[in-house]
Amino acid sequence: MNVELTGVIVTFAITLLLAIPFGKYIARVFNNERTWLDFISPVERFIFRICGIDATKEMNWKQHLTALLTINMLWFVYAFIMLLTQGHLFLNPDGNPSMSPDLSFNTAISFLVNCNLQDYSGETGATYLTQLAVLMFLHFVSAATGIAALVVVFNAMREGVSNKLGNFFVIFTKTITRILLPVSIVIAVLLVFNGTPASFDGKDTITTMQGDTIQVSRGPAAGLIAIKHLGTNGGGWFGANSAHPFENPNYFTNSVEIIAQVLLPIALIFALGFYLKRKRFGYVIFAVMTIGMLTFLIPTMISEIKGNPSITRMGIDQSAGSMEGKEVRLGVPASAYWSILTTVISTGSVNSMHDSSMPVSGAMQLLGMMTNAFYGGCGVGILNYYIFIIIAVFISGLMVGRTPEFLGRKIEAREMKIATLIALLHPFIILVGTALSSWTWVNHPNADWAVKPSTWLNNPGYHGFSEMLYQYTSCAANNGSGFEGLADNNIFWNVTTGFVMILGRFLPIIGPLAIAGILAKKKYIPESAGTLRTDTGTFGIMTYAVIMIIAALAFFPALVLGPLAEYFSLGH
Amino acid sequence: MRTYLLPSLKLTIVLIIICSVLYPLLIAGIAKTSTGGGKGETIAVNGKIVGYANIGQKFTADKYFWARPSAVNYNAAGSGGSNKGPSNPDYLKDVQARVDTFLVHNPGIKKEQIPADLVTASGSGLDPDISVQAAKVQVPRVAKIRNRDEKELYELIEKVKMTPLFGFLGPEKVNVLKLNLALNQHN
Repeated sequence: MNVELTGVIVTFAITLLLAIPFGKYIARVFNNERTWLDFISPVERFIFRICGIDATKEMNWKQHLTALLTINMLWFVYAFIMLLTQGHLFLNPDGNPSMSPDLSFNTAISFLVNCNLQDYSGETGATYLTQLAVLMFLHFVSAATGIAALVVVFNAMREGVSNKLGNFFVIFTKTITRILLPVSIVIAVLLVFNGTPASFDGKDTITTMQGDTIQVSRGPAAGLIAIKHLGTNGGGWFGANSAHPFENPNYFTNSVEIIAQVLLPIALIFALGFYLKRKRFGYVIFAVMTIGMLTFLIPTMISEIKGNPSITRMGIDQSAGSMEGKEVRLGVPASAYWSILTTVISTGSVNSMHDSSMPVSGAMQLLGMMTNAFYGGCGVGILNYYIFIIIAVFISGLMVGRTPEFLGRKIEAREMKIATLIALLHPFIILVGTALSSWTWVNHPNADWAVKPSTWLNNPGYHGFSEMLYQYTSCAANNGSGFEGLADNNIFWNVTTGFVMILGRFLPIIGPLAIAGILAKKKYIPESAGTLRTDTGTFGIMTYAVIMIIAALAFFPALVLGPLAEYFSLGH
Repeated sequence: MRTYLLPSLKLTIVLIIICSVLYPLLIAGIAKTSTGGGKGETIAVNGKIVGYANIGQKFTADKYFWARPSAVNYNAAGSGGSNKGPSNPDYLKDVQARVDTFLVHNPGIKKEQIPADLVTASGSGLDPDISVQAAKVQVPRVAKIRNRDEKELYELIEKVKMTPLFGFLGPEKVNVLKLNLALNQHN
């Protein structure tokens, strides 16, 4: 077991070693400095020309938002229609059917907003065409949308920028051509040489050694799996996601995939430091986020390695840890590590089934999504953290009796109202959703729907409640992982989670953009001895406390009803 | 909004071509040079394909080393875990039943010798591997039914087992399909 823990530590160390230079590279890309990928500049110029984009035209924050929302709306319509008709379109060797309207609605939103909740299974619910041209396409563009929004906020944090915050289409396109696509190619190549399928052949039928006739689903999966991690999307090719031996064939690919999914969230923190020439600020944010991540990782690691006490009581050998829902080739420590990283960042891909995790681990996975700001998703993680910084600046300002300032600009009532609303939105949509589903389950168990509420839950008692809580938390955090026992492909879940996903995506982008845009226009006050410094350890602790109090305590009653009650019922 | 609609539409079309056509074709092309050609690596015996190296198979006969329980019955048309919570009473009954079944088929084995991976379902339902302990604990049964020397089978496990990457990355494991193939060839 110690040996396997070493594997986890090595994986994290490699992530850091890659993230620092990668962060520098990202800062150079958006500063328009020279990089080794400059040879594709003519291609980018060609793209801008045929698309009618004037790359030199700067936008203010409202124009950025309009452009962002316009192109996102277009993608939604495109995705919805494609999924609704996929059964009649080409590139469908397995003859899979079209999605129902409510499932198309849910899936289109889910992939548009970088959540990638999957109420279908890839093998039977999507076609090669929609996997590539809709789902993988949205993997790329939703990640680039988040990063572009973040870069606009970076721009707004600079001194003397006012309304000149760059061009949305340029930032967005360069995110794909300079960052997402090149790195995805490298990851996909590593995957195919370790056994992940990439050809367009359909299902194979074979007779096994014992004489059973089975089918083996395949397809051009490697490319999608690469970007699903790099873009912190998480929507997999196969139903079992990265627990599937094709999607994640061995320990090496597991390390590649786990590094790929945290690479951008961490690199973007360093990029912020390099971009604003405030390296210390970047390092403090990284330290707070890492401590936050460890707060959730350590209890998970302990409870998974200890295993299920009920199984221990059966008297069998559980020295390898809790193995239900886990793969032998990956082992318990690497699975526990993955389950926390995938929930603190918003990937939501899984290499073990979270529904079968120990209660403490389930609580930690939930908290990862409830805070949603320790590393966080591509771009949006720092945007969430930005909201908490604004609140922490304000509270600190009140505590020491100074006008709250952040990077040379005063924080006033309007910005605080936006920040508070965004911070409270997250618990609000999760808890209202969970309350609604619980109420329906209790009061209308036999409602006349295709899937009756009484059959929603795969587990009785506290764990069943956790399944519903997890679903809404995952949607609001745009995470996409699930307690997959929940019967979620029906009209109630498809529609309610669809709306939760939209709110959980766009309001936390609009809020920080608005705050940053408003602040950018304010008068710049040079730092003085009286300035509250935001790049110190003290301020870091302050931010950590704000996150834990707002995000974690708001959910405490719900966590007590779910995973904590289950923990105590298991007996230790 | 209207100013951005046309550029958005054109950019969308261009990006679909780059990300969803050129990119997967490039990867599919590169994959042709890999083992299995990007179609999944198969294992053949006398020219007949008996399985995929990475996809687990159902082994329940006493003459074979058993694989782990599977929530999808090892049909790789789909995939998935049991999604049973750790406190679910029905689930715990299932695990107990698997322990009991194993003890009946493996007389002389004590329950503390049974590793948890043999009685719990994997996340994918297609786990190709079992732990080394899970293979070893089945040796007496397989040896007896096949009239083979136990020592010889332990050596076979040592030969088939995969050690961690660079000696420390990941658990030791045994691919059940490869172990059973080696077992048949050895007869």
